[in-house]
Amino acid sequence: MLQLDGVRIVQGDFRLAADFTLETGMLAPVVGPSGAGKSTLLDVVAGFFAPAQGRVLWDGQDLGPLEPGQRPLSIVFQDNNLFPHLSVAQNVGLGLSPSLRLSRADRARVESGLDRVGLAGMGGRKPASLSGGQQSRVALARVLLRARPLLLLDEPFAALGPALRAEMMDLLRALAAETGATVLMVTHDPRDARRLGGQTVLVAEGRAHAPQDTAALFADPPEVLRAYLGDG
Amino acid sequence: MARRAGTLTRIAGGAAAALVAALTLGTLAAVALRADRAPVLGPADWAAIRFTLLQATLSALISVALAIPVARALARRSFPGRSLLVTLLGAPFILPVIVAALGLLAVFGRNGILSQALVWAGFAPVHIYGLHGVVLAHVFFNMPLATRLILQGWLAIPAERFRLAASLGLGPRQVARMLEWPMLRAVVPGAALVIFLICTTSFAVALVLGGGPKGTTVELAIYQAFRFEFDLGKAALLSLIQFAICAVAALAVWGVSLPAGLGGGLDRVVARWGISGAGMRALDALVIVLAALFLLTPLLLIALRGLPGLAALPPSVLAATGRSLAVALGATALTLAMALPLAVLADRAAGWRSGGVEALAALSIAVSPLVIGTGLFILIHPVADPVALALPITALVNALMALPFVYRALAPALAETEASYGRLADSLALTGGARLRHLLLPRLARPLGFSAGLAAALSMGDLGVIALFADPRQVTLPMQMYALMSGYRMQEAAAAALVLLACSLALFWLFDRGGRIRAAT
Repeated sequence: MLQLDGVRIVQGDFRLAADFTLETGMLAPVVGPSGAGKSTLLDVVAGFFAPAQGRVLWDGQDLGPLEPGQRPLSIVFQDNNLFPHLSVAQNVGLGLSPSLRLSRADRARVESGLDRVGLAGMGGRKPASLSGGQQSRVALARVLLRARPLLLLDEPFAALGPALRAEMMDLLRALAAETGATVLMVTHDPRDARRLGGQTVLVAEGRAHAPQDTAALFADPPEVLRAYLGDG
Repeated sequence: MARRAGTLTRIAGGAAAALVAALTLGTLAAVALRADRAPVLGPADWAAIRFTLLQATLSALISVALAIPVARALARRSFPGRSLLVTLLGAPFILPVIVAALGLLAVFGRNGILSQALVWAGFAPVHIYGLHGVVLAHVFFNMPLATRLILQGWLAIPAERFRLAASLGLGPRQVARMLEWPMLRAVVPGAALVIFLICTTSFAVALVLGGGPKGTTVELAIYQAFRFEFDLGKAALLSLIQFAICAVAALAVWGVSLPAGLGGGLDRVVARWGISGAGMRALDALVIVLAALFLLTPLLLIALRGLPGLAALPPSVLAATGRSLAVALGATALTLAMALPLAVLADRAAGWRSGGVEALAALSIAVSPLVIGTGLFILIHPVADPVALALPITALVNALMALPFVYRALAPALAETEASYGRLADSLALTGGARLRHLLLPRLARPLGFSAGLAAALSMGDLGVIALFADPRQVTLPMQMYALMSGYRMQEAAAAALVLLACSLALFWLFDRGGRIRAAT
């Protein structure tokens, strides 16, 4: 269970309050106007940015003292998810060992992880020789191997076309179901949010609202969300 | 947002910062404490100060004045060999001073080709030693640097401006006034200041071409006070004066960017109109040919005179070559071991701390090698024999001399790497040694190779602090070459110069190339 307990984020003039809990295994799109602080909220959970007040807890454990790499979570960024100088297998292998000292069994797991995301046999390639969709799959394979209970995604597939994006969302849902991971995904596209389902965290007007059922929220959006979505 | 600095970052960065501070400010303090016997500056010392300022001023002004037409010709003409010539303009930076001095003697010396031609035509031979010899050598080294800096300024003028000027029918004179003069006014003072600063710490040039008491720089006076009179108090006082001169010049240069080395980007030619007149073309061609001759003839003569002697090189030269290579490699490793942790520390630290680290990395530009050498002698003397440690000390001081340039090459690349991949690495717990191996070294391969090449070549050709301590049986190649020149064994000196030149260029090429290959895979 992810718990944001009285979190207050201050960054210059920017203020954001977050006070909610998210059940384990929940899929949670994070939506809201740009500049509302969706990515900053993720940064706070991931440990890249310290809140001015409050605590972030996972299963009752305060994450505050932990470095980003020590937290029980994986994160997928909008870009730069892969090191261009490392091979695909090495990029995935970093999920098992940051020093890349991989045993035979580790290498077999890397291979099966690539197989699971549909990239069997591509371990020897460099990221530059992959398409955008394939690069996203490599990042997801690493998430799979890291097997952390919480997964944060910051507009992960924004650079992909609509069909490819739907495909990646399905893969993401499947992987989350297999591993039982709790997912927080920032997106600016309501279709992505509806596809992910679960409960939506609405970030608007200086506040990260408590998760609400995604389908219900989009069926009858509150005023602030309606303004963001526009009258369609 | 600044990430927390890890333990390794803090230990390695802190150690590097402490070492640099101890070697620069610490040695200066050691020297200053030693100077309390209140030695009096004699007329000779005042003459050295005056000479230092005079030769540096002349060198800067002449270098810049000659560089302007060369840069203009290079900016507006494209011809076969242009990019080679532009590359060559970067070469003096890694050219050993003593080699260049020997090459200049071969052209402008008493028995040089110029004097021979003059005698043949019935004139008196030229006399190179003294102020004009020192200035000549400094112009040889710094005119190319000034040309590159000014060429950068020329190429930074947007091509659209020249097109606009052409469409308005402006002639060369108006173009010069509206476009080129403002650029020169912005670029030239900075270039002149950089050269002035470089020339105030001149040691080897004054040693070889100064020609006696009238041509003595402060740096050389420190050496003489130390080596011949063993007057530590006077050496200390001169060191402080030298530091003051450098510090004032460095403060003046603070806002001016230093040359980043042999970096590219100068390959294009600005499209220009109204410059196709025969007179202008002939003038540009003449300027380019003269500049190329000025730079190439001394090196060519070294090669021609050195080649026959290569077969009969004395064993002392070979041994000195081995020592110099070891010193160069040691200095290279030390420079990188200081620069990389400092760059990481500056990237991780916030606000004034970051600026402090950067200032520390640049500090050794203002502290002359001989001051550091004198300070180290004073510090080491009570506990060990500095002469026995001459080679390690030389490597250490060489490393410090290369540090500002290496830091300049590494820090921006490191900041860019951290900006792009730092968060990813953090999220994967890629810290300490693993981050170094899997992120920083591979991403920085190219600037690392370039920096290593620069540091190795600078150290290989350095004739500075080694002269303070040298045990005649344990000298480096530049020192050995100087000994041969002093003994008028010119054939052997030319052969040694050729070896030295080849080693310097090969070291630079190998490291730089290695970095490029690593970066490409």
